Amino acid sequence: MGRTLAEKVWDDHVVRRAEGEPDLLFIDLHLLHEVTSPQAFDGLRMSGRTVRRTDLTIATEDHNTPTLDIDKPIADPVSRTQLETLRKNCAEFGVRLHPLGDVEQGVVHVVGPQLGLTQPGTTVVCGDSHTSTHGAFGALAFGIGTSQVEHVLATQTLPLAPFRTMAITVDGELPAGVTAKDLILAVIARIGTGGGQGYVIEYRGSAIEKLSMEARMTVCNMSIEAGARAGMIAPDRTTFDYLEGRPNAPVGADWDAALEYWKTLRTDDDAVFDHEVRIDANTLTPFVTWGTNPGQGAPLSSAVPDPASYADPSDRLAAEKALEYMGLSAGQPLREIAVDTVFVGSCTNGRIEDLRSAAAVLKGRKVADGVRMLVVPGSVRVALQAVEEGLDKVFTAAGAEWRHAGCSMCLGMNPDQLAPGERSASTSNRNFEGRQGKGGRTHLVSPQVAAATAVTGTLSAPADLSDVPVLTEV
Amino acid sequence: MEAFTTHTGRAVPLRRGNVDTDQIIPAHWLKKVTRNGFEDGLFEAWRKDEGFVLNAPERKGATVLVAGPDFGTGSSREHAVWALQNYGFKTVISARFADIFRGNSLKNGLLTVVLPQETVEALWALTEADPAAEITVDLVAREVRAEGVTAPFELDDNARWRLLEGLDDISLTLANEADIAAYEARRPSFKPSTARV
Repeated sequence: MGRTLAEKVWDDHVVRRAEGEPDLLFIDLHLLHEVTSPQAFDGLRMSGRTVRRTDLTIATEDHNTPTLDIDKPIADPVSRTQLETLRKNCAEFGVRLHPLGDVEQGVVHVVGPQLGLTQPGTTVVCGDSHTSTHGAFGALAFGIGTSQVEHVLATQTLPLAPFRTMAITVDGELPAGVTAKDLILAVIARIGTGGGQGYVIEYRGSAIEKLSMEARMTVCNMSIEAGARAGMIAPDRTTFDYLEGRPNAPVGADWDAALEYWKTLRTDDDAVFDHEVRIDANTLTPFVTWGTNPGQGAPLSSAVPDPASYADPSDRLAAEKALEYMGLSAGQPLREIAVDTVFVGSCTNGRIEDLRSAAAVLKGRKVADGVRMLVVPGSVRVALQAVEEGLDKVFTAAGAEWRHAGCSMCLGMNPDQLAPGERSASTSNRNFEGRQGKGGRTHLVSPQVAAATAVTGTLSAPADLSDVPVLTEV
Repeated sequence: MEAFTTHTGRAVPLRRGNVDTDQIIPAHWLKKVTRNGFEDGLFEAWRKDEGFVLNAPERKGATVLVAGPDFGTGSSREHAVWALQNYGFKTVISARFADIFRGNSLKNGLLTVVLPQETVEALWALTEADPAAEITVDLVAREVRAEGVTAPFELDDNARWRLLEGLDDISLTLANEADIAAYEARRPSFKPSTARV
């Protein structure tokens, strides 16, 4: 019987397979950041171990970093200590680091791909659940805890429990104004936050094949919000074109050999998935969340659901609690929900295409009175590209704040936070209680919906701005 | 890692599903660079509500958390496990755990036990009616016992053995160092390297 893409990549990385033991897998790329690594380096020091493969390890600073005044000392002493700890650890153990102020600094999941480090058929790990992003290249990529970070630093391997395979096939054409973000939010609403538990998801079908690398990263990024171990998309011409010429992409004979291998990375026709889901792209519309987990979402054209409509008692209770926290009532049209803040950025939607699509909606328009809009590029490289294209001017002319690169308000570890009771339309990935600041309320949206919402002050799609032509991004 | 064989203690019934790791330990706590001192951050936002179950005086000293389905979703932060352990929990029972949280818990000796939702409901009913009621989680027999409840649970033999012995994963892996070296020797040259170019 044939094998799926995920099974092929897994098999190619087995270091040791023994009866009654989990497979021991080799890790091709280990990404580090300041938050989940200090205790791992401490562990190495305490046991007298070293980093086995510094040439497969790279670090950047993203979660804690400020997005204003980055040339000044970091005001929060605890954040400063954590960043200094990463710098000290990387120096001591010989790990390449791109710190705040460096041209390659940025959100770890934006940095890996743009350097050309994330490649098809590789295993990629990071102490961050959104490592699933890298699956867009046909890599097997997953988030790990700090104990596993230490394990990979010391051994460049991980013992891993077997997984199940799921195919999510999206055929058809995404309608104009519907993006990869709307697609993945619709997928999560359909299968639930636990629907992917134990699975590696492969996204396939004609609508997926048409997506750009940026859009594919948005889809794979949020696989974890469906509870999946990882998300993957088979590499193709789009993938190879994105990689060719990037700083750490293979060159010469290595490029030819890599390409030959990458072309084998497709699910065999006779392979069988443990579970299959089919979605018709033509039926999708702009999608937003109304609740406090990413599965609590609905089409923007609909209304806040009535908790009583849920058959499952725990879903009903969850919806009740979510509406209470979000300050919403059943039946309220989603388009009438007013926001205080709009956030464009994060590992989900902080890449150049995301900024372009938000800027295209904002161009010649103004952010509504009383609304604060933050635009935070995913990396310094993304910021430089945006400046070259004049996107920063579009944002500032509209009244938005153009910030420095980092995770920023996606999780509010730096000063970019919502105040209690404040409501945001956010292009990030989690609408958990307090995620963007204690008491803050988050609606997850696409970059286009974020920009349109900034203009009207209530959740809106670009099509709601009558004189703005509908975009055909993706 | 701390070994886990069998544990008996009072419980905290947490009637919530989809308890994400941002609720277990909010992000601002993650700036700490140690594995301890997270107990005050555990469920920080919910504990501000006096009626929250963890605040009830009769739950003080409880060591078994009985939670709704999909416990530990979201962020991979191992700090969530440390916060539960720092607070005093030895084991968490739920109908379903998020994968990364489950992996993190077992690597730290916090036993996460999967039981059917009906059994979770029975344990909620028992411990809500009688806060002094004890629950025994027996990893040797792979069984949870409480008044009126005897429920077997599954945990693969390898994970169980590592917990029972309190084994260090890295040492186990390094015992097979020759396998790693052999893999490295045959790894293709086109594979990525982080060396600066």
